[in-house]
Amino acid sequence: MRLEGEGLINRGRKVSFRFDGHSYEGFEGDTLASALLANGVKLVARSFKYHRPRGILTAGSEEPNALVTVGTGGSQDPNVRATVQEIYDGLEAVSQNRWPSLDFDVMAVNDLGAPFLGAGFYYKTFMWPKVFWEKLYEPVIRRAAGLGAISGDPVTDKYERGFAHCDVLVIGSGPTGLMAALTAAEAGADVILAEEDSTLGGRLLSESGEIDGVPARDWAAAMAERLAEMGNVRIMTRTSVTGAYDGGTYGALERVAHHRPLAKGLAKECFWKIAAKRTVLAVGALERPIAFQNNDRPGVMMASAVRAYVNRWNVAPGQKIVLFGNNDSIHDVAADLLAAGVHIAALVDSRADATCQLDVPFYAGAQIVGTEGRKALEAVSISRASGVEKVAADCLGMSGGWNPTLHLTCHMNGRPEWNEAIAAFVPKVGMVPGLIAAGACNGAFSTAACLGEGVGAAQAACDALGLQAKAPKRAPEMPSAEDRPYSIAPLWAVAGKGRAWLDFQNDVTVKDVKQAAAENFRSVEHMKRYTTQGMATDQGKNSNVQALAVLADATGRGIPETGTTTYRPPFTPVAVAAMAAGAADKGFAPERFTTSHRLTVAANAPLIEAGLWYRPSYFPKAGETTWRQSCDREVGYVREAVGICDVSTLGKIDIKGRDAGAFLDLLYTNMFSTLKVGRVRYGLMLREDGHVMDDGTTARLADDHFVMTTTTAAAGEVMKHMEFVSQGLRPDLDVRFASVTEQWAQFAVAGPQARDLLNGLLDSPIDGESWPFMACGDVKILGVDGRLFRISFSGEHAYEVAVPARYGESLFQLLRARAEAMGGGAYGMEALNVLRIEKGFITHAEIHGRVTAFDIGMQGMMSKKKDFIGKGAAARPGLVEDDREMLVGLKPVGAVKQLLAGAHLYNDAAEPTRPNNQGYLTSVGYSPTLGSYLGLGFLKGGRARHGGIVQMVDHVRGVSTRCEVCHPVFLDPEGERSRD
Amino acid sequence: MTELKAVSPAAGLLPLSIGGVTLREDEMRPLTLIAPYKGQEAALAKALSAAHGLSWPAAGATSANGAARLVWFGRNAAILVGVQAAAKLAKHAALTDQSDAWSCVVLEGAGARDVLARLTPVDLRDGAFPLGATARTEVFHMACSITRLEAESWQIMGFRSMAKTLVHDLKTAMEGVAARAL
Amino acid sequence: MRIACPLCGERDSREFSYKGHALALERPGEDASLAVWDDYLHNRENVAGVTQELWFHDFGCGSWLVAERNTVTHEFGAVKLAQDVKEARA
Ligand SMILES: [Zn+2]
Repeated sequence: MRLEGEGLINRGRKVSFRFDGHSYEGFEGDTLASALLANGVKLVARSFKYHRPRGILTAGSEEPNALVTVGTGGSQDPNVRATVQEIYDGLEAVSQNRWPSLDFDVMAVNDLGAPFLGAGFYYKTFMWPKVFWEKLYEPVIRRAAGLGAISGDPVTDKYERGFAHCDVLVIGSGPTGLMAALTAAEAGADVILAEEDSTLGGRLLSESGEIDGVPARDWAAAMAERLAEMGNVRIMTRTSVTGAYDGGTYGALERVAHHRPLAKGLAKECFWKIAAKRTVLAVGALERPIAFQNNDRPGVMMASAVRAYVNRWNVAPGQKIVLFGNNDSIHDVAADLLAAGVHIAALVDSRADATCQLDVPFYAGAQIVGTEGRKALEAVSISRASGVEKVAADCLGMSGGWNPTLHLTCHMNGRPEWNEAIAAFVPKVGMVPGLIAAGACNGAFSTAACLGEGVGAAQAACDALGLQAKAPKRAPEMPSAEDRPYSIAPLWAVAGKGRAWLDFQNDVTVKDVKQAAAENFRSVEHMKRYTTQGMATDQGKNSNVQALAVLADATGRGIPETGTTTYRPPFTPVAVAAMAAGAADKGFAPERFTTSHRLTVAANAPLIEAGLWYRPSYFPKAGETTWRQSCDREVGYVREAVGICDVSTLGKIDIKGRDAGAFLDLLYTNMFSTLKVGRVRYGLMLREDGHVMDDGTTARLADDHFVMTTTTAAAGEVMKHMEFVSQGLRPDLDVRFASVTEQWAQFAVAGPQARDLLNGLLDSPIDGESWPFMACGDVKILGVDGRLFRISFSGEHAYEVAVPARYGESLFQLLRARAEAMGGGAYGMEALNVLRIEKGFITHAEIHGRVTAFDIGMQGMMSKKKDFIGKGAAARPGLVEDDREMLVGLKPVGAVKQLLAGAHLYNDAAEPTRPNNQGYLTSVGYSPTLGSYLGLGFLKGGRARHGGIVQMVDHVRGVSTRCEVCHPVFLDPEGERSRD
Repeated sequence: MTELKAVSPAAGLLPLSIGGVTLREDEMRPLTLIAPYKGQEAALAKALSAAHGLSWPAAGATSANGAARLVWFGRNAAILVGVQAAAKLAKHAALTDQSDAWSCVVLEGAGARDVLARLTPVDLRDGAFPLGATARTEVFHMACSITRLEAESWQIMGFRSMAKTLVHDLKTAMEGVAARAL
Repeated sequence: MRIACPLCGERDSREFSYKGHALALERPGEDASLAVWDDYLHNRENVAGVTQELWFHDFGCGSWLVAERNTVTHEFGAVKLAQDVKEARA
C-alpha cells in the first residue's frame, strides 16, 4: 500500500508495467519490488527445490527470493532481482520456476515430499544406474528444481566493455563512501565513485536520522551534487563492483539500460575493468535473517527492507507489521513505521533486558516460533516465558544483526576474522593489497563512525599516493551524526520443530545443516557442498553466517574455529554476454583482408579462413557445379598457361644491419650469410627443442638487407621468436627487423607463360639470364617501385611480384586480366594446395609442431658448420631413429581411389586398430595433372618403404584405401619446370 | 596508358559521424620506420635534427616540425610521418617504408576519449596521456598505435589488412557512447 | 594483473604474453651435453615465492621483459628489459 510522504519517488510521473501478464502502475523511482508491494502483490516467486510460495525478502542486490525474468527471446534475462530492477513504461516481467502459474504450481507437491528432499538427496538417490543420470535424472531434476531459464536464442542486445583508471576507487556511496570520495577528491586524487544503486546515498536513502542537522537523505543529495561538480570525480551509478583482482584491478558491471527501453546502439550492460591505485571499500553491511519455523512465507522480510520500503518508496509492506530481532535496529525501524503511520502489531526483541520507549505492543525476551498463511503471511506465534501467543500479522520484519559486506576483501584468498562484539566477520587489513575497508563493511556501524572511517581511509589512500604534496590536503569538516553503540545478542536459529530456512534461494534449512554435521560433513566447505547452502546466485549473502553458526553449534565448536567459506567473484551475477561484450559476430576476432579481397568477393569466390585472413577457395566459372571442377581448371592454368594468386598473407620481414647474415644463420638450420645479393634461398627454422617451427624463403636484396618470408600461419610466432633471439639471446648482434607483411601486396605469377605476362608490365623486361630460378631484386612495375622474386610453390616457372599495398587491388586486376588473355587466370587455395602436394611441398599440415627436420627428410639442411636454434636438441636420441614417422607420398592403388586427410595408416594385412597404427595422412588432393588422388603423410620408417603397400583407414568416415608408398615429390622430381 | 591505381586502406568505409564524434581516414602520407643501429642513437638524433628538425622521441612521446612528425613506435623505433625520410639517415638506422602498412584514422570530438576507453586498456586521462603523447597498445583485439593530436583528437594506426575491423570496432563504440547521451 | 613495462609504463596484463622462467636467456653453447640441454629446455624449479619470468609486450612496445613475480601473491617486483639483463651478464 502506498503511503503519504516524501520518499524518493516522483509522484508526478506514473509508470505502467506488467508482471505475469497483469498491468500495474507505479511511480518513477520505484523498483519492481517496491511497485509490486505498493500494489499489494506479495507472492512473487516459487522456491528452488520445494516450490514454496515466496515473497520479497530484501530491498537490495542480495535478494534471494524475488527473481524474475525480463524480456523474451534474444533479449531474455532470467534471475533479475525485482529489488534491483527499476520500473519503466512497458517493462514486462514474469515469475519463474512455476507451472502453470505462480498461484497454482503443480511442482509444489515437492514441498510435501520435503522429508525425502533434504541434504544430500541427489547424491544418495540418483546414484544408480549410471546411464540414467544423463538421460533421466538430470533432465527431470533440472525441470523440477531451478531458477529462471535462458531462451536459447542468440543474444540480440548489445553489451559493452570499458576500461577506466583512477587514483582512488571508492566502492559504495553511503556515509562512508561519500566522505571518502570527497576527502580523496579534495586532496587532488582522480576518484571513481561506484554505486550499485541508481542514486548515491546508500542506507541514508532508506533511513531517517540527521547528519549535520539536516535529514540524512538531504545531506547525501547535497554531497552527491558537490561531488558531481568536481572535475576529478567520476560517478558511476548502477555499477556493481563484482571482483577484486591482482594489481588493483577491479571488475564492475554497469547496468546501462535495464531501467529504460533499449535504444539503437545502446548497450544493456557495460563491463568495466577499473585500474585503481588505491581503493576504499565502503559497501556497508547486510542484515541477516533469523531461522525459525516457516520463516520463508511471503510477507516475512528483513526489518531494514521494511524500513526502506516505507521511507524511500513510501510503501507499507503490510497493514499489521510485526518486528522481530536481537539488536537495536528493529527499534529504529519501529520508530520510522510509527512516524509514517504504519500499524505495528508487535515488537519482539529476543533480548530479555531490552526496553522500549515506543507506543507499541512490546515483547522482550521473546522469539517468533512459527508463522501461518500459505501464499501470504497471516499470523505469527510469539513465544516467551509466559507461553506462546498468536498475533495476526501480514508482514514480519526480522533482524538477526548485521554482516559487514566484506566479500570483495576475500577475492584474493584472504580470510576475515570473527568479531565477538558485533557477532560478525570483519575484514583484516591488507587482504586485498591497496584496498582499505571502511565504515559498516569494516564493522563500524554508527553513522558518525562511518563518516570518520570514510575520511580516514581516503586520507590513508592519499598518503600512500603522496598526494598531499600535489595539493594541500584540506581536512574535510566532520559532519555531526548519531553515534550510538551497537548492541546485539546472537540469535541464529530459534529452537523448535519444523523447517526453518537458512538459504532461501537454494532451499536449505537448519535441519539440512544439522544432517550434514551428523553425516560427518563437518568442514564448512563440505557442509556447503553437501547441502548446497550458499551455492545459489546470491552466493549465500543472506545465509552463510547463520549456516556456519548452526554448524558450529551442531559440531560443538565456536564460530571462529568453524571458519567461513571462500567468497569469489562475482559479487553479484554477471551475464556471460557482458563478460564477452563486443566479441560476438564481427567482434569475435579481427578480420584480415588482402588488397584483392573486393575483387575476390566480386568474382563470387568462396572464402576460407587462414588464421585471421580470408582467402579465396577457388574462383567459380559459369557451368561449374562442384568445387573440384574449378580447382582442376585452376591447377591447369598453372601447369599449362599462367595462374595468379594473392600470396600477401605470408609473413614478410625486412631484416637489416651488418649482422643480419649472422642473425639468419642462428635462426635457420642452413646457411644464409653466404647467400649472394640478388638471390633467394629456402630456409628451415627449428624451435629450440629441435622441432620444426616454420619454413620459407629469404631473399638478399643488399649486403645488409634481407627479406624473410614466413608461412601465413606462423608469421606472428616467428616475429616473436626473432625478437626473443635478438633481445634475449644475442643483443650483441647489430640487426634490426620490421614486419612488412602489410606494406607489400604480393602475387604469385606461375606457369609456363609467367615471364611473358610479367614482361608486359615491367618497365624493364627480364629474361632467363637476368632472372634465373631463385633470383630476386627491385623492379619497376608500370612505374611503381616493386620487388620481384623468382620462386615457386607450384614447381612451375614462377615469380612472386610485390608492390606497395595501395596498388595491390589494381595490380591484381591487371595480372588476372592478362592471365585470362593468355588462357590462365586467378587461382585459389584449393588449387594452390593441389599444386604444392604434387610437388611434395610442406605446409603447417605437415610441420604441425611435432615433427623434426629428420622426419620431413630435411636432415641434410642442418648445417654442421655453425650453431643454430634447435641444433642441440635436434640431435637428441629418439629424434633421429629409423622407426620415426617420416614424410612420404601416398597414391591409391586399389579399387577405392579416395584419400582423406586425418586418416591413419596400417600395414597392408594388419587389423586397423590403434596398436597397429603406422602413421597418418596430413594433406590430400586430387591431381588433375596425374589423374589421381595424392596424399602426403607420415609413416613409420617411411623413407625405407617407398614402393610398399599400406592401407589408409578413416574410421570416422568409414573409408579404407590401399595405397602405394612413394617419394613425396610426385611431379617433376628434378625440378626442371621451375628452372625453365 | 595502363597505370596502377592507389587505394587507401579504409577506402569506402569512412568518414563516419555519430553523436558528437567523427571518424575519418587520414590522408596517405609517407611513413618510415626508423630503428637506430647499435650505438648509433646519438648520431641518428643529430642527423634527424639536421635533416628534419626533429628530435628523437622518448618512449611514449612524439616530436613534430611542420608537416613532419616523429612518433615513438615501440622498443628502439620511431615512425616518421608526413615526409620522406632523408637517405642519409640510413647510415645510422634501419629505414623501412611502412607508408602502405598502416591504416591511419582520426577520431575527434567531445566523447572521443570515451569511445577509445571502450576499446583500449591504456590510461587515457590527461595526466597519463597528455597532448602529443603516444602509445602502442591494444584496440579491442588489435595491436595499434594511438597518438593524441589535440585535446579531443586521436590518431589510431592499425594494420592495413584490419582496417575494416578497426572501423567496425570504433563504430560500435561510437554508437554506444552516442546512445547514452540520448 | 598489471605489469610495469620499463618503456610503456604500467599496463594491463592482457597486452603481454608469458614465456616461462628467465633462465631461457642462458642458452647453452653448441657443444653442451644433452643433460645441459635437458635442463635448459625442460627442468624448472616450481617456486612458491619470488621468481624471474619472461614476458613479452606483444600489444605494446615489443620488448621481452624479465619480471620478478611472487607466485603466491602474484605481486610483481622489478621489471627489466631482457636485453639489459642479458647485456649486463655479458
Ligand atoms: Zn612495453
